[in-house]
Amino acid sequence: MPSIRELHKQLVRKERSAVEITTEALARIEALEPKLHSFLHITAEAAIAQAEQVDAKIAAGEQIGLLAGVPIAIKDNLCTTGIPTTCGSRILENFVPPYDSTVTRKLKEAGAVMVGKTNLDEFAMGSSTENSGYGRTCNPWDLERVPGGSSGGSAAAVAGRQCPIALGSDTGGSIRQPASLCGVVGMKPTYGLVSRFGLVAYASSLDQIGPFARSVEDAAILLEAIAGHDPNDSTSLKVEIPNYANLLRPNFRPKSRLRIGIIKETFGSGLETVVEEAVKKAIEVLQELGAEIQVISCPRFDYGLPAYYIIAPSEASANLARYDAVKYGIRAEAADNLLDMYKNTRAQGFGTEVKRRIMLGTYALSAGYYDAYYLKAQKVRTLIKQDFDAAFEKVDILVSPTSPSTAFKAGDKTDDPLTMYLSDLMTIPVNLAGLPALSIPCGFDENGLPIGMQLIGKVLREDILFQVAHAYEQSTEWHLQAPNLLTS
Amino acid sequence: MPATATSTTYEAVIGLETHCQLNTKTKIFSPVSTEFGAPPNTNISPICLGYPGVLPVLNEKVLESAVKTGLALNCQIAPYSKFDRKQYFYPDLPKNYQISQYDLPIAEQGWLDIELVDPVTKEATRKKIGITRLHMEEDAGKLVHAGSDRLSGSTHSLVDFNRAGVPLLEIVSEPDIRTGAEAAEYGQELRRIVRYLGISDGNMQEGSLRCDVNISIRPVGQKEFGTKIEIKNMNSFSAIQKAIDYEIERQTKALEAGEPLYQETRLWEEGSQRTISMRKKEGSSDYRYFPEPDLPPIEVSKEQLEQWRSELPELPAAKRDRYETDLGLSPYDVRVLTDDHQMTAYFESAIATGADAKQIANWLMGDILGYLNSEKLNISDIALTPATLAELLQLIDAGTISGKIAKDILPELLTTPVDSVAKLVESKGMTQISDMSAIEVMIDELIAANPDKVEQFRAGKTKIQGFFMGQIMKQTSGRADPKLTNQLLVNKLKG
Repeated sequence: MPSIRELHKQLVRKERSAVEITTEALARIEALEPKLHSFLHITAEAAIAQAEQVDAKIAAGEQIGLLAGVPIAIKDNLCTTGIPTTCGSRILENFVPPYDSTVTRKLKEAGAVMVGKTNLDEFAMGSSTENSGYGRTCNPWDLERVPGGSSGGSAAAVAGRQCPIALGSDTGGSIRQPASLCGVVGMKPTYGLVSRFGLVAYASSLDQIGPFARSVEDAAILLEAIAGHDPNDSTSLKVEIPNYANLLRPNFRPKSRLRIGIIKETFGSGLETVVEEAVKKAIEVLQELGAEIQVISCPRFDYGLPAYYIIAPSEASANLARYDAVKYGIRAEAADNLLDMYKNTRAQGFGTEVKRRIMLGTYALSAGYYDAYYLKAQKVRTLIKQDFDAAFEKVDILVSPTSPSTAFKAGDKTDDPLTMYLSDLMTIPVNLAGLPALSIPCGFDENGLPIGMQLIGKVLREDILFQVAHAYEQSTEWHLQAPNLLTS
Repeated sequence: MPATATSTTYEAVIGLETHCQLNTKTKIFSPVSTEFGAPPNTNISPICLGYPGVLPVLNEKVLESAVKTGLALNCQIAPYSKFDRKQYFYPDLPKNYQISQYDLPIAEQGWLDIELVDPVTKEATRKKIGITRLHMEEDAGKLVHAGSDRLSGSTHSLVDFNRAGVPLLEIVSEPDIRTGAEAAEYGQELRRIVRYLGISDGNMQEGSLRCDVNISIRPVGQKEFGTKIEIKNMNSFSAIQKAIDYEIERQTKALEAGEPLYQETRLWEEGSQRTISMRKKEGSSDYRYFPEPDLPPIEVSKEQLEQWRSELPELPAAKRDRYETDLGLSPYDVRVLTDDHQMTAYFESAIATGADAKQIANWLMGDILGYLNSEKLNISDIALTPATLAELLQLIDAGTISGKIAKDILPELLTTPVDSVAKLVESKGMTQISDMSAIEVMIDELIAANPDKVEQFRAGKTKIQGFFMGQIMKQTSGRADPKLTNQLLVNKLKG
């Protein structure tokens, strides 16, 4: 499947119509869904209608944007007018929002063609997409394995070439980790760069929406389309959005030498050797491209995980209180009174992991525990930020593995939440600090499973991340590999 | 009044928690109308209903109203403040948390002066009531219980979310209040302030001003507080006063009888004029407050604060001072004139024409207020403009009409707009007769016609002078200049 620029060329040269491109994507989705289950809803009719509009524009000789006519998959925790938005939860199985999230509205206006809503861990809580209320998504490289999570559906859809690009959300690694496990590019932007309006909240102070793509350039084009200030989101930043894709060069030639720091703490125990070797080789490539490499210590990095598992569940326990059967969503049958209606609905509607995090958060915020847990976690968050600040005085970007391991087998970690949580060890501190980071393919393990490298940037320096990732990508061929799905 | 025998041994310690609904056009976190009385669930949006993925955006007008009220209550305005989530499950609370302010409210540590006027002596005493804090929050929706008019016995409940997200200020007083009368006056002063500021209509019946009372009693001289009891459900200031007086008596009796008091919430029942127990408190509720991550902290710049301070109107207490000191009005008159901001505006606009403040006050407090009360009208409902009232007084002053004539035409002026009172009395032939010779002719005729009465006067029965005066007024339809007539009459009668 071609890149965004290639599709755009085909459209404006009238070599292919948007309807043809869309039909092809829908056919590929239909063919692969029995294997992958990337999607919760396929919006074929609306997609064709949108594609027809793009074709009409082209026929009328109107200018079209880069994303016009490009098929895109949307994580099912982004609200879409008139289209079910379940968050992978049974509690919202009948929920159809009467409004669009800001990002899907922007994409619609840009002419992008939404082909469907992708699977996820329920309410974006998980690292394997096994916590979905609607069945797991499979990793296109090995169907026995998980695609990562929580945006596993979006990652699998892009890796499986069901569509060229997708949107996910990242609270502790939910874009980068599945991107790594599925061998695609995934980016979590600076907190506040992309409006959260219409993103069903998991942990409001950490959630960010970001792109999945097969190339850095496609990810850059998609981010530019969804970023920017939104008066409907008070945490959205008032900043100018650079033309990221136009800044990309096959090599980076900054005015001064690019300084890259290896985060010492991410190369410790628990890291699979094959991942360590692949990332170290990738760093050598960056060095060859002209970067100055140094090892940097972020001493509080490892405290990110425990702090996250206080802060995120605390916010989630409040964010998920609204699912009470009063206004929307399912309502359990046969409740005699209000309390039973709440209890039965939430007991039936929420899955195990969601209930676990609601309990964790409720506990952490309770009188008598607040200072010891929530407040302390916030202090740790500040310290982690300070570590990053100190590191960024010495270097321009930081590098680490995205995930300590490649894709694991479905069911391997479902009985052990703590082991599952460790999947996000490297990505979580980035969310706590509100920084931008992306994951880019940098190799394969002995089973042919993709490995990802994480690049972390300074606040609002997505441009540098894209430039470095692009230069790396152009000098390697990892991103050109595709899973052999149709014959397997 | 509570039992006098015990009121010397016990004192009440009272604090008020007031919720004041702001009159902003739109809700605190969503661009949705706040109009009162709309059909259920018509002033709503996905934001008001806490739909998945929606986000709050603070209405800047709410912050301005909160800061101005904070300044009016002599509070410290926090340079750095934030919103928090107060969590509890209830069907009228769409998100099952309320966006409120917890440990960093927008305003703290203020006070307001209340002035109590003795109904008999009309003397005023003043008292300072501390303000603990003031914060912004969103209102909840409303449950309508069906199948019964109370929760108990109802078969199901309906939710109306029109009110969900209407902006509120919560204002908490220090426990400085001691009597029902003080509490009622505190509430009224608060209402005057928010009305003067123009930030709320302060209507208790519609619930835009709601007061909860915390009350305990203790022996005079004791430092520790007694058992705290909360009273709710009072929708007038007199209900607040009566509920407190009732509670003081009830609690005093209980203590004297050696019965224990429980920490509880009680409801004022207007029908039976008593409080009833609603629920006993089992420890304090845990609302699991934490900072609202969807809203950035609030920082009020010095420039902004000074701007808002400069926009504050003259507040009730300052106005009362000015009326008493500069205009020489009595505390009672001042209170009536400043109680209602429309009355105040009327008064000020009348004296702005140069009319005498005392005279204007007398007319307003007398015939005009009497008319308003009997017709159940507001000052804004009458046709008589402040300028017309001033003109009327000026015509009396100039001797063009008598005070009596002025009173006679007042009812017409109250209901019919006129351009000029002078022209009106002219056209009606009501101008005063100040022509000395014309009056002398009338007096001479009367004296000639009533020689017996003249005799009586000259024999010392001077009261008979009233007869002559009445006759002249009768003949002139009250238009004869009373002062002049009187003077001439005395001279003629004495011979």
